[in-house]
Amino acid sequence: MRHWFNTIWNTRGLARWILVAGLVIVVAFVVLALLAPWVAPYEFNQSKVDGEKLPKLAHPSGDYWLGTNDQFYDIWSRVIWGARTALEVIFLSVAFSIVLGVPLGLVSGFVGGWVDRALVFVMDSLYALPSLLLAIVFSFLLRGPLGGGIVAAALSLTCIYIPQYFRVVRNTTVSTKEAVYVEAARAIGAPPRTIMRKYLFGNVVQSVPVIGTLNAADALSTLAALGFLGFGIQPTEASEWGYDLSRALDDAQAGTWWPALFPGLAIILLITGLTLVGEGLNETLNPALRRRRLIPVQMPAMRADDAIDARNV
Amino acid sequence: MSSSSGSLARYIAVRLLLVIPMIWVLLTIVFFLLRVAPGDPVSAAVGGKLSEEALDTRRAALGLDRPLIVQYLDYLGDVVRLDFGATISDNRPVLDIIRDQGGATLTLTIGAFLFALLIGLPLGRLAGRRRDTALDAGIRVFGVVSYAAPIFWVGIMLVILVVKLFPGWPTYDIASVTTKFTTEPRTHILLVDTILAGDGAAVQDVLKHHVLPCFALGLLLSGVIIRLVRVNVIQAMQGDYVEAARARGIPERQVVRRHAFRNALVPVITVIGLQVALTLSGAILTERTFNWPGLGTELVQYVTARDYVAVQGLVTFFALVVVIVSLLVDVLNALVDPRVRY
Amino acid sequence: MKSDDVVISARDLRVWYGTAGLPVRAVDGVSFEIRSGEILGLVGESGCGKSTLGRGLLGLLPDGAARDGELFFRERDMLRLKRREQHALRGRELGLIFQEPLTRLNPLMRISEHFSETLKTHHRGIGKDEIESRSLEALRVMGIPPTRFRAYPHEFSGGMRQRLMIALTLVLRPAFVVADEPTTALDVLVEAQIIRMLHDLRDTYETSLLLITHNLGIIAEACDRVAVMYAGRIVEIGDAHTVFRAPQHPYTRELLRSTISLSTTGLNYIEGAPPDLSDPPPGCRFHPRCPDAMQVCERRAPVPRVQPSGSRTECWAADHANGLVTLTEDERIPLAKEVIALADEA
Repeated sequence: MRHWFNTIWNTRGLARWILVAGLVIVVAFVVLALLAPWVAPYEFNQSKVDGEKLPKLAHPSGDYWLGTNDQFYDIWSRVIWGARTALEVIFLSVAFSIVLGVPLGLVSGFVGGWVDRALVFVMDSLYALPSLLLAIVFSFLLRGPLGGGIVAAALSLTCIYIPQYFRVVRNTTVSTKEAVYVEAARAIGAPPRTIMRKYLFGNVVQSVPVIGTLNAADALSTLAALGFLGFGIQPTEASEWGYDLSRALDDAQAGTWWPALFPGLAIILLITGLTLVGEGLNETLNPALRRRRLIPVQMPAMRADDAIDARNV
Repeated sequence: MSSSSGSLARYIAVRLLLVIPMIWVLLTIVFFLLRVAPGDPVSAAVGGKLSEEALDTRRAALGLDRPLIVQYLDYLGDVVRLDFGATISDNRPVLDIIRDQGGATLTLTIGAFLFALLIGLPLGRLAGRRRDTALDAGIRVFGVVSYAAPIFWVGIMLVILVVKLFPGWPTYDIASVTTKFTTEPRTHILLVDTILAGDGAAVQDVLKHHVLPCFALGLLLSGVIIRLVRVNVIQAMQGDYVEAARARGIPERQVVRRHAFRNALVPVITVIGLQVALTLSGAILTERTFNWPGLGTELVQYVTARDYVAVQGLVTFFALVVVIVSLLVDVLNALVDPRVRY
Repeated sequence: MKSDDVVISARDLRVWYGTAGLPVRAVDGVSFEIRSGEILGLVGESGCGKSTLGRGLLGLLPDGAARDGELFFRERDMLRLKRREQHALRGRELGLIFQEPLTRLNPLMRISEHFSETLKTHHRGIGKDEIESRSLEALRVMGIPPTRFRAYPHEFSGGMRQRLMIALTLVLRPAFVVADEPTTALDVLVEAQIIRMLHDLRDTYETSLLLITHNLGIIAEACDRVAVMYAGRIVEIGDAHTVFRAPQHPYTRELLRSTISLSTTGLNYIEGAPPDLSDPPPGCRFHPRCPDAMQVCERRAPVPRVQPSGSRTECWAADHANGLVTLTEDERIPLAKEVIALADEA
């Protein structure tokens, strides 16, 4: 952990800028989400103040910074509360898929045999399906027992990402298993559990932060897509950007831009932030991707005693 | 070589055989996923509207009262015969839905791919050639943003722009009402039907309606293509045969076009093929954004109606499409790259 | 100064690579000439700048590399040619045969397409029939049956592909060809065949050849003259027989001693490894590994001098032994060998 931190801290050049820019964006959203009750002027589902309705589809102004939408909601408040929802879902789904996908991949790769082959086949098939389709199917299945809350949404996303963790972890496990130092550990009689915990796990988790952040970006776009289609978080449960965009659809046909613009910008900004963090981590932790920077060659004049007679023999 | 056509046929045959277990696993996953759904599909879809006996008749008609394994085998048998069942909510054969609505999704995705290639290939190639310049950075940022921006948001923004700048340009649906009702459905692909009918105004109408949705979906795909082409051009430019071509004095433009770019396209074809899944995801969202009468819209409606036969049928169909397109891509790959035909 | 039959003439040629730190001085002031129809062998350990020199002659260098000094091809000043003109010379006048033939042909193009592309580039308006007849003739010379003309590269073995590459280079009848370890990746029997073919070509086409190799047997077999390269410098150059019979530079001598042959009774090797070319040792670059090193070798770089044998050498010991220089008592004190361990580590 400490070693990683040092590598990241000491990175220079473009990789560092990518990482820093990404972190700034993500941290800004986290702060906004944590401070939502104090920053947001209204509740996420508040359309009345003192029994009086907010204006419908009001232009952005001093009173309503980003305007109001067709449900009499203040868009600025919806964006802030939406950040909270998005980060909660992302965090939960990434945590769930790591907790499920990593051990599954480890065991599958370590045990091998037909169990491994069957799991690989199933996971590859799942991976081949359009991820949104899978998310729709899972939200279709989970809506009944779990309702339309944050946990249900996070679980539908989890199911899409398990195959990815499984794949990476399983492949690393298989290749590390054959590595010399693991052979050596086996030769001195280390039990399988120890090998798995001490040698394989340490190696395998290296790739997790990168996939984790990149999946987080993807999870956000899938969450928004589910919300947009009406299969995401129930509007009564929390504020969600994708849902707001689906509400903005009809207004867009009439040329009203603010209900759609701001939630969308929030999505793009957070996805970009997460992607930048992922790419930055990737470039820092995989130095092979970096391109050497070349200093232009300056040739000093040749020294006098180097100059020679070109006369040939 | 005289044997190359023979080995190509054999390659395709082998590839075809490998597809069958893949399809089987997918079908099994789809079936059991939808079957572990708690609750009873019939009452979920039409519960409250019908009496208890009527519900029982419906269940029996769907064979839901039989053991799971029998239903599973039955389902597999039906799929082999391309029978995806009939919906619970409005008793419509899923195959009819696919026939009536599939055309709209097909033309949407093909149009989107055309846009994506039109944007992605030249930009990716340019970025790869001018690596690490401001131009490269700009193109890369465009690629990242077009991939990060939710397609439905891009769609909505395009709609707003068009509404403001070109009032009158169609921003939703596949055609105007007149075109839809006057065109005789022969192939059920509206664009083809209008062409077959020889109705120039209708063709124009349908094409106009395609521009916005295809562009929005194409933009999403172009991000992927730019990234891919760029990386592959950079890699191919470092290829040994590129250096060898330079050593023979082949002009740089030709080196890039004939040697680097052509070789860069081989992996690109494969990976673009893998984007079918992304394209279908995108198509579902694009259809909702533009009120497009395609399979995505149907799927969304039936999911909302909690009609599990329709969902199962459509998801099965989507899975088949993914597998078959990836098969086609492999075949295309073998045609382009002589090394594959071993 | 440049007589008519001199094809390539280099004087104080330098090729340096830009890196993130100090530049790598891969070729650092070399001078030589190659005459028409002559085969010059270039030997040395890996990483001494042989390949860089070969590519530098053609201007085929990676980004960030720079050339300096003087380089003439016939009357043309290669370092002052425009990129375009230089490009046009490549292939038609200057050829390059690569070390690893397996990946040098475009996998998506038939052999015939490689030939027609090459011929069309350099002979505008050349007809189909002429392309075919010239290509088939080149293939015939290299012993490839005309039936394989329309095959794809992956259908050939490594040795066959190297012959294809040679045929592809020679179909344009270039005046000068650099063959960069053309046989290293091939097995011994094929190696002998290819070397014989290259040797015969000189008689057929009057092609001059720079044959880069680390196999001294090849040099003895095929070359007229030989240049020995160490750490970016040509330390000895001369008639192949002379250099082999009476090596003047200790490096040449040690290189010859390390060659394994049937009469070899024990294995000889040169201790240490070639130096880091971004920071070569001061004085003579070979002094840390040289068995004959003296105090002067560490302090001052030796100057190329023509020895009585006829070879040109950069070596204080040779200069001194042949009475070309007078060194003081101090300068002649043998150098203590303490750097070996360090070099081993590198």
